[in-house]
Amino acid sequence: MSLAKLSVSVLAVAAVSATAAVAQSRDNVQVAGSSTVLPYASIVAEAFGENFDFPTPVVESGGSSTGLRRFCEGVGENTIDIANSSRSIRSSEIETCAANGVTDIIEVRFGYDGIVFASDINGPSFEFTQSDWYLALAANLPVDGEMVANPNTTWDQVRADLPAQTIAAYIPGTRHGTREVFDENVILQGCEDSGAMAAMMEMGMDEDAAEEACMEIRADGVSTDIDGDYTETLARITANPEGIGVFGLAFYENNTDRLQVATMAGVEPTVANIASGEYPVSRPLFFYIKAAHIGVIPGLKEYASFFVSDDIAGPFGPLAAYGLVADPELAETQAVIENEVLMGDM
Amino acid sequence: MTDATAGSAPRTPARSLFAEDARTKRRNRAEARFRAYGLAAVVIGILALIMLLISILSNGLSSFRQTYVTFPVELAEARLDPQGNRNPEEIAAVTTFGYLPVMAMAFIEHVDAMGIEHDLSPQEMAAMISGEAPAQLRAMVLANPDLVGQTVTLEMLVNGRIDGYFKGRVTMASAERDNNVTPGQLVLAQALADAGAMETRFNWNFITAPDASGQRPEAAGLGVAIIGSFYMMLVVLALALPIGVAASIYLEEFAPKNRLTDIIEVNISNLAAVPSIVFGILGLAIFINFAGLPQSAPIVGGLVLTLMTLPTIIIATRASLRAVPPSIREAALGVGASKMQAVFHHVLPLAAPGILTGTIIGLAQALGETAPLLLIGMVAFVREYPAAPLDGLFDPASALPVQVYNWTQRSDPAFVERASGAIIVLLVFLVFMNAVAIMLRRRFERRW
Repeated sequence: MSLAKLSVSVLAVAAVSATAAVAQSRDNVQVAGSSTVLPYASIVAEAFGENFDFPTPVVESGGSSTGLRRFCEGVGENTIDIANSSRSIRSSEIETCAANGVTDIIEVRFGYDGIVFASDINGPSFEFTQSDWYLALAANLPVDGEMVANPNTTWDQVRADLPAQTIAAYIPGTRHGTREVFDENVILQGCEDSGAMAAMMEMGMDEDAAEEACMEIRADGVSTDIDGDYTETLARITANPEGIGVFGLAFYENNTDRLQVATMAGVEPTVANIASGEYPVSRPLFFYIKAAHIGVIPGLKEYASFFVSDDIAGPFGPLAAYGLVADPELAETQAVIENEVLMGDM
Repeated sequence: MTDATAGSAPRTPARSLFAEDARTKRRNRAEARFRAYGLAAVVIGILALIMLLISILSNGLSSFRQTYVTFPVELAEARLDPQGNRNPEEIAAVTTFGYLPVMAMAFIEHVDAMGIEHDLSPQEMAAMISGEAPAQLRAMVLANPDLVGQTVTLEMLVNGRIDGYFKGRVTMASAERDNNVTPGQLVLAQALADAGAMETRFNWNFITAPDASGQRPEAAGLGVAIIGSFYMMLVVLALALPIGVAASIYLEEFAPKNRLTDIIEVNISNLAAVPSIVFGILGLAIFINFAGLPQSAPIVGGLVLTLMTLPTIIIATRASLRAVPPSIREAALGVGASKMQAVFHHVLPLAAPGILTGTIIGLAQALGETAPLLLIGMVAFVREYPAAPLDGLFDPASALPVQVYNWTQRSDPAFVERASGAIIVLLVFLVFMNAVAIMLRRRFERRW
């Protein structure tokens, strides 16, 4: 009989504690979102926990879209306070947010991230242009007024100056915010530069259809979508030394002993070139604060101000040391948080 | 009988029994082939296990050792307590960024005092020490403000790349190409190690310390993950065992055998085969969105894993209840016990070893599960230790398999070593739990 009594009492304890929890208030900041922003956010969270009396914020990854979806689930202690994102919030997401009561959002741009093209350090070095990538990865190319399946299999078929190496590209999957930047700044740009876009429009496509055709990536195994993280891309390149991967600048900076980086349109991806905008493939990084949680969740505003302080996000702070390209307009961002300027009020 | 045999002609075998005919040979060959296949299967299994273990151990064993540097630090009053009144609030106003130069200067002075020649810049020197060190120093001063103005000798972590050099992960050749370390730093590190100021030793912090950010792999540990996993196992044990045992006793001993119980039985078996991510989706919808439980908390993880473990426990419990011979029930009923007395006094104690074994195997399965935790916010960067139960069950925590997953995603190569180290810790727990299960079975199992 004692077992029965034991189980009943355990159930009772569990039930009591479950009710107690609902009443308990959360005292730590909850962050979720982009896996590109995650390393930066965890560096900030760590330093925040060390230097303030607030507990260290909890930072989750999962991708920009996942983070923003959870951000927009509603207001309340069991929803996240901050969404990290490697792209700006879409209007459809703002609508979802509003429908769920998340109307007051503070947008914070804290720096830039370069997207680099890197290959095995022992292989030949590459000097790419956007049109090389378009011609190598497009599903169909316009030839003599007709769309034909992309015949290119080696880089020297794409452009004679490039090494005669089999094309094997590892690009971020559609789950990643990085993919959007890659599609727009590399593939679409390359489509325009190479004249393919003009050729398509001559064939009678309207602009939207032509853009869509431009951004269709071949699915014959030459290009592989990586849904995991950059570590997976690196593992693929280690396994296939002819592969070329798309990485964040910070990841490359941490693995310079194994990877060499290619130039894009003649510009080397360095922090200076990205900050000046000379290097063409970069994107701003954001986080979004739920303004309704400021004052409710302790430490939320302090964490946000600390994140964009000169000590942290400035050009000599730990984020820059990790590979973030500091935002030249950081002072304005600091003012946005200080005054709690909502999106749409600017 | 004898007549019949005697009457028929004695049948002499056409051949000796020792010479095999074609048919026997074929059958023997088939058997030999089958044995070879079986042996090959076992060998492949063992080889795969050995390869897995070798790769994990060779990558991960080094994470249990860490390099430390020891040097005296003068806690200058001018920097750490500018007002000089030892007011804890004013001391707390100095951030780790204020402690960094104090520590770096002390390190540079110490190297000069030891008379080691080098041509490194102050920045390169400072970069040799872990980013964790200023925080360690600050925590120490805050705990004891009287230390300001004194000189303390401290043991501090060194940067992950320098540590990697002593473990063979970083070489002079790779340092040439690496933007994060220079060969000069490695030369100085070697000189310090030769002079006894730098040593690589066993690292308890790997087991006890919380996770650290991508910039300080050398400081990352499993403390929060182990506590989180332990809390979840407590919840699973406290809920899945009583519910599972109660359900199986009812189904096995009391429930009428009809269509409904058949359907229930089939569905329990189905539930055992449902992919674990489904339970995560369920947990998000019910426990977090509907019941309002906090995200990233071991209680939610435990509840989700309970749902996942229940079918395993029910199936194991029913099997061991069924294995108790009916004669024992009948004997109890025969001397006047009620049905409930027969079950609880006689059947259940005899089935207990089987139930416990099933429970432990179910727990071990739950311990290694990551997928359902993805959706309930436990795949996260958590640095705060959760409080003691029961409150701690509602604090954010990580879990062991989650920590492995997290570390494999980090860009610094030092995290590869730490991920493998975490796998070793997880494997040790699993082996321990399975060993306990086997021991219980050996010790208490009864055969009839």
